Amino acid sequence: MSAFAAGQAVRIADRLTIGHTRVPSYVRGAKGTIERVLREFLIPEDDAFGRPHGRRQTLYRVRLAAHDLWPRYRGLASDEVQIEIYEHWLEPVEEAKQ
Amino acid sequence: MSESHDHEHGEHAPIQTHETPGEWEVLEIAVRELAIEKGLITADDHRRLLEGIDGASPMLGARVVARAWVDGDYKRRLLADGSVAFELGIDNYDRTNLIVLENTPQVHNFVVCTLCSCYPRPILGLPPDWYKSPSYRSRAVRWPRAVLAEFGTVLPDDVSVRIHDSTADMRYLVMPMRPAGTEDWSEEELAKLVTRDTMIGVTVPRVPSPPA
Repeated sequence: MSAFAAGQAVRIADRLTIGHTRVPSYVRGAKGTIERVLREFLIPEDDAFGRPHGRRQTLYRVRLAAHDLWPRYRGLASDEVQIEIYEHWLEPVEEAKQ
Repeated sequence: MSESHDHEHGEHAPIQTHETPGEWEVLEIAVRELAIEKGLITADDHRRLLEGIDGASPMLGARVVARAWVDGDYKRRLLADGSVAFELGIDNYDRTNLIVLENTPQVHNFVVCTLCSCYPRPILGLPPDWYKSPSYRSRAVRWPRAVLAEFGTVLPDDVSVRIHDSTADMRYLVMPMRPAGTEDWSEEELAKLVTRDTMIGVTVPRVPSPPA
């Protein structure tokens, strides 16, 4: 059972880590939405150390608005980056109440 | 070279390399020889794998795109599940998990791997050098429109750009839009329009202009 569903607002964790995570620094701390839920994969933190039976986590595709990622971004408001993030790097975001 | 030494052919770098193998190369050779000695793999297994890797080329991806252009049902299945691409007898030698991204009049997709050089190798072959360059990898996500323009691709102001950072377990193939004026073309003719760079998404297929 995956913790997040397509369309849900999420934040990518902003952690300082050593080792292999496959989470590039430019997306850490960024807010976005789940584009689609993929399936479970062996996480890089274990894969990189040759542990084929290590921890597995659901992988998601997350959409991030280019304007949110980059101050003074030049392009359309709808321009976006999509990236794969494992579940243990995602945090739920409370939808702002109007 | 002395002035009297006038070859007919041009000078080129010597074919022979005098560099000693690096640490990783030595490690690879050692592990491979050990695996062969222990009977885990044969030398022919290894050779066949390399032959397969070198044999994959963008022509495979072009066949997939051209098929999708002419067969609506195939296209629907391909967009829902990228593994459908391997139905056309393509050897998915590294068990690539493929997602196919459809370009539309509203959205232009292109692919980068900011962390290294992830690429759908069984279906496109080995990535070009520029795809692996720090310049492309760092700038594609930050200035996508400027990077596309450097490839000669100037997006209209009403087309959104969608950059796919291929960082983890999935690999991406862009399905470009079928050019206008190709309605009566055969699948084989269409495939010739689909080049490597159109499937990375840094350019779009164009119908060659007729000779003047």
